[in-house]
Amino acid sequence: MKALVYVTLKPDVLDPQGKAIVRASAQLGYDAVKAVRQGKLFELELDAADEAAARRLLDEFSDKLLANPVIEDYRVVTIEP
Amino acid sequence: MLAVVQFPGSNDDRDMRFAFKAVLGAEARLVFHKASELPPDTRGVVIPGGFSYGDYLRCGAMAQYSPIMAAVKRFADAGGPVLGVCNGFQVLCESGLLPGALVRNHGLHFICEFVHVRVERAAAPFTSRVAAGDVLRIPIKHGEGCYYAEPGLLDELEQGGQIVLRYCEVDGSVSAAANPNGSVANVAGVRSARGNVMGLMPHPEHAVEPAFGGSDGIAILGSFADAVRSAV
Repeated sequence: MKALVYVTLKPDVLDPQGKAIVRASAQLGYDAVKAVRQGKLFELELDAADEAAARRLLDEFSDKLLANPVIEDYRVVTIEP
Repeated sequence: MLAVVQFPGSNDDRDMRFAFKAVLGAEARLVFHKASELPPDTRGVVIPGGFSYGDYLRCGAMAQYSPIMAAVKRFADAGGPVLGVCNGFQVLCESGLLPGALVRNHGLHFICEFVHVRVERAAAPFTSRVAAGDVLRIPIKHGEGCYYAEPGLLDELEQGGQIVLRYCEVDGSVSAAANPNGSVANVAGVRSARGNVMGLMPHPEHAVEPAFGGSDGIAILGSFADAVRSAV
């Protein structure tokens, strides 16, 4: 199966990279870009029996390694056969 | 004996051993991360700075699952003293041995410079050679040294006396201008609730001889060496 997991900094953790991107946007004339939060997207290939099993595995794995729960949130975006 | 853990990408491991052996006369040995046990005569553990596993994923994220870290956790759980510097601090936070986390510097730049830190708590095994209020001049060199603790946790750390060092001015006053990386409450070093694990971003091992530009790092490493000697 294939899955996408999206990891972002928690809303109350400052994201200086996102802020730098907003500043660059303004310099390029994209004043419409008001805020940016930078995250990470992981593409995974899994050996899982079904979607429920894949989700259990992804929750455990994301908590343990892909995200640091102290500063980050994760979201399983898609699970595909 | 002090065990200095070596991960792939550690680069202050030998500096740390030099500081303990050559400057402080303490026994210190490098221990490779693939070892599943610490040497039996280990009385203290140091996780040095560097870029373990190339800082892939997050700083310290991969190193927390190296075989040696299970042994380091057992050692800490049994009350053994553990010191983490820079990347070592990040590894200890990732592994849950210390509270909070370290994130990208507020100003995004990698910073390499001497800073001043104020001792908030003077106690063995990390700061017995200094007094609360003392100001130390020690260098930092990091890109991800901004200490983060959510507000509730920060209160807990303040009340529990777990904040050991704060970035400060030369006169010891704590100001936003003296905060190099955006760390919450100017935190430069914290210890565990039990007090036997400490992490700090400044590098005491890079300030152990006048030729290094200063020797204030001895205050911290010397305290640790004293504690390890008395534990034998």
